[in-house]
Amino acid sequence: MIVRILNEGQWQLPEGALSDLNRLDDAVEEAVSTDDEAELASALHALLDEVRTKGTRVPDDELSDSELILPGADSTLDDIRELLSTSDEGLVPN
Amino acid sequence: MSGIFSRMSMIFRAKTDKALDKLEDPRQTLDYSYQRQLELLQKVRRGVADVATSRKRVELQATQLTGQADKLTQQAQKALEMGREDLAREALSRRSGVQQQITDLQAQHAQLQGEEEKLTRASQRLQAKVDAFRTKKETIKASYSAAEAQTRINEAFSGISEEMGDVGLAIQRAEDKTQQMQARAGAIDELLASGALDDPTGTTKDDITLELEQLASTSDVENELSRMKAQLGAGPAQSTPAIGPGSGTSAPATGYQAPQVQPAPQPNAGDLR
Repeated sequence: MIVRILNEGQWQLPEGALSDLNRLDDAVEEAVSTDDEAELASALHALLDEVRTKGTRVPDDELSDSELILPGADSTLDDIRELLSTSDEGLVPN
Repeated sequence: MSGIFSRMSMIFRAKTDKALDKLEDPRQTLDYSYQRQLELLQKVRRGVADVATSRKRVELQATQLTGQADKLTQQAQKALEMGREDLAREALSRRSGVQQQITDLQAQHAQLQGEEEKLTRASQRLQAKVDAFRTKKETIKASYSAAEAQTRINEAFSGISEEMGDVGLAIQRAEDKTQQMQARAGAIDELLASGALDDPTGTTKDDITLELEQLASTSDVENELSRMKAQLGAGPAQSTPAIGPGSGTSAPATGYQAPQVQPAPQPNAGDLR
């Protein structure tokens, strides 16, 4: 499965990695719902580290879809809310 | 995965699908999309240049403010030498304000440098993907049946769309950052212009410099006066060389070398002779 970290690129992950990611994703979601910026930073950090260490980088010149898209390492609560906001503008220029 | 990231991925995908739905003749649209990719690449490169410009401006301001801080230190030193602790205090308190600005600028500089690096990498990634897309586009156009072409177009298109979405976000973020930075840079420019900045023409001087100069000239006058008084007090027995006021500094001891000493207050005096 391919995962993209925004601002960094894509990683190819073994299928088994998903359950660990789910656990870490829950922590991030929890941090977002409780407005906890510090918790978000540490949860996000753990999640992205997991992807970077378990995954192998997808070469830049390979065109493939990601199954998951993760926010960049220094994203704030506001950034993530903005990413999740369903505004029609800007996210994917066609 | 039910968390927020699958939601985020869905949002990305929904946009891609929407863009794909708009395609009427996919082969033609490949060219159009490629055009858009090149435009985005241009935009990213301009973004890198903009961030670099902002970074350089911040660097320049930091240099100017550092010069300002040094000057205030020297002023404080001078004021202390003249026994004006109040003036020294004022200079030092201004310096701590300037120092604060320098610290802020250093933080901004680090941020801008980070953005610049990110955008540079993003631009390299996008360039690689755009190149890959161009190759794919040509093979798709040349050698597949309509149905096969459609599948491969979708693949290529969603892969590049995702990258464009990512880079689009990065460039938007960098633009926001540089705009914030520029507003603050303007404020610092004003601060620097408000007499704080060293003026090479010397026509404008800040108030501490003015006061220090006033002090210096006052004490020059005082020194001169006390020298003259001392001379008078020594009595008319000494023959004063008829050069002008204040030339008698070393006269009593050395006799006739007095003319070498020119009094400072009247620089034009020499022209009259």
